[in-house]
Amino acid sequence: MEKRITLPLTEELAQSLRAGDSILLTGTIYTSRDAGHKRMCEALARGEELPFDPKDATIYYVGPTPAKPGQVIGSAGPTTSGRMDAYAPTMMSVGARGMIGKGARLPEVVEAMKQYSGVYFGAIGGAGALLAKCIKKCELIAYEDLGAEALRKLYVEDMPLVVIIDSQGNNLYETGRAEYLAQTNA
Amino acid sequence: MREIHVSVITDMVERLCIEANTHLPQDVKCAIEGCRAREDGVIAKGVLDNIIENYRIADRENVPICQDTGMACVFLEIGQDVHFVGGDLREAVDEGVRRGYTNGFLRKSVVADPVRRGNTGDNTPAMLYTEIVPGEKVSVTVGPKGFGSENMSAIRMFKPSAGLQGIKDFILETVEAAGPNPCPPMVVGVGIGGTFDKAALLAKKALMRPLGSSHPDPFYADLEKEMLEKVNALGIGPQGFGGKTTAIGLNIETLPTHIAGMPCAININCHVTRHKTEVL
Repeated sequence: MEKRITLPLTEELAQSLRAGDSILLTGTIYTSRDAGHKRMCEALARGEELPFDPKDATIYYVGPTPAKPGQVIGSAGPTTSGRMDAYAPTMMSVGARGMIGKGARLPEVVEAMKQYSGVYFGAIGGAGALLAKCIKKCELIAYEDLGAEALRKLYVEDMPLVVIIDSQGNNLYETGRAEYLAQTNA
Repeated sequence: MREIHVSVITDMVERLCIEANTHLPQDVKCAIEGCRAREDGVIAKGVLDNIIENYRIADRENVPICQDTGMACVFLEIGQDVHFVGGDLREAVDEGVRRGYTNGFLRKSVVADPVRRGNTGDNTPAMLYTEIVPGEKVSVTVGPKGFGSENMSAIRMFKPSAGLQGIKDFILETVEAAGPNPCPPMVVGVGIGGTFDKAALLAKKALMRPLGSSHPDPFYADLEKEMLEKVNALGIGPQGFGGKTTAIGLNIETLPTHIAGMPCAININCHVTRHKTEVL
C-alpha cells in the first residue's frame, strides 16, 4: 500500500517512515546536485544564508532537461546520490532532512540521518518523463548560471517514491536484496 | 567516388540525437517487458511497470526518456570510396550535436575541462569514432551515454594466466560494486582483448549491439548467456531493491590481443540503453 505524505518533513513525520515504504509525496521540494551543493556548503562555511529555508526541507538530486514550450519542466529523474555524500551531513545539520535520489550512501551520511532524523527517498532512476508529470510548479531561485544544475523550487503532487534509508538507519538496498535471495535459496 | 556534403551528416546527427533520446529501441523494450513478465516481487514489478510507463510517455509526447541525455557518442563507418565536401567532418558532427541538443530540448551535460569544469552550453564535443570500411556508404550511429552508469564501469589488464575465470569474476565484481547506482536493470557491455584503449571501445560497442543478439563465436555466445544468468543471480534487482532482474542484457565483443596480456573492460549502461543508426 502506498502512503500519502505531505511536506514539510517534520521530525515526527520523518520518524514515522520506514525503509521499504512506498510513498506518494506532495509539497514543496528544492532541486540541487553537484555544483549547487558545493556552492551551498561554501556559503554556509562563510556564514551566509542559503537561498531557501532549509528547516524540514527536502532536496531532490536532479538536473532536469529544459522544458519544452507548454511544459512545467523537462524530464526530471534522480541523479546518483553518492556524489552529494560529501555535502549531505552539512545540509542535514542546518535542517534539510529529506533527500530524493538513487543509489548507495556512505556510512557517514546514514549516521547523520540517525542524528538529525533524516530520510533518504528513492525515485526511479531513468524514469524522467514519468516523474516530470508529478511536478506541477517549477521556479528558478538561485545559481542560474549552473544551467541544469541551478537551484529550483518545485511543487510536486503524488510523486512516487520508496523510502530507501529511514531515520533509524534501516536500508532497503540491504534488506530488499537479502529478502529476495533468502526466498530464492529457500 | 561518391561525394557527400558534410551538412547531410549534420542533419543526420541532429535527428539521431533527438530520436535516440526520446524513443527507446525496440530490442531494449522487448528485453524489459520480458523481464517484467518473469519478475514476481511486488516492489520489483512496480519498478518495471513504472519504467515501461516512462518510455511510453516519452514515445507519446516526444520527450527525453531520461533527464541525463548523455554525452553524444557518435560512430561513423565511412566507406573508403566516399569523399566529404563542404567543410570539416568533425565540426559537422559537433554542429549536429549542438542543434540536436538545443532544438530537441535535451540537457547539456558536457563540461569543457575535466578538472576545471565549466559547461560548454551545447553538449559538444561529441565523442567521435570513425572507421574506414569498404564501399561507398556511411553508417551513422548516435548512442547518448549517461554517466550514472558510465561511472560504474571498469577496466583491468589481466595476466593471461587469469584465464576465463578471471574475466567471469571481474564481471560479477564490477556489477556488484555498481549495485543500485547505475539505475538497474542494467546492460553490461564487455570488451575482451586488443589493447587498453581498444578493450574499452569494444565494451562501448557491445552496448550498441541489439539485445537478444549473440556473439558470432559460440564460445562467447555461451559466455554471454552464462554471465547474464550469474549477474541476475546476484539479486540486486530493479533499482537495487532486490529481485530477478539486475541486467536485461550482457553483450561481449572480442579482438585478438598480445601474448602477454588479456585486457578486459566492462562498460555499464542503464535500462535506458539508447542507440540509433542510419545508413547514408
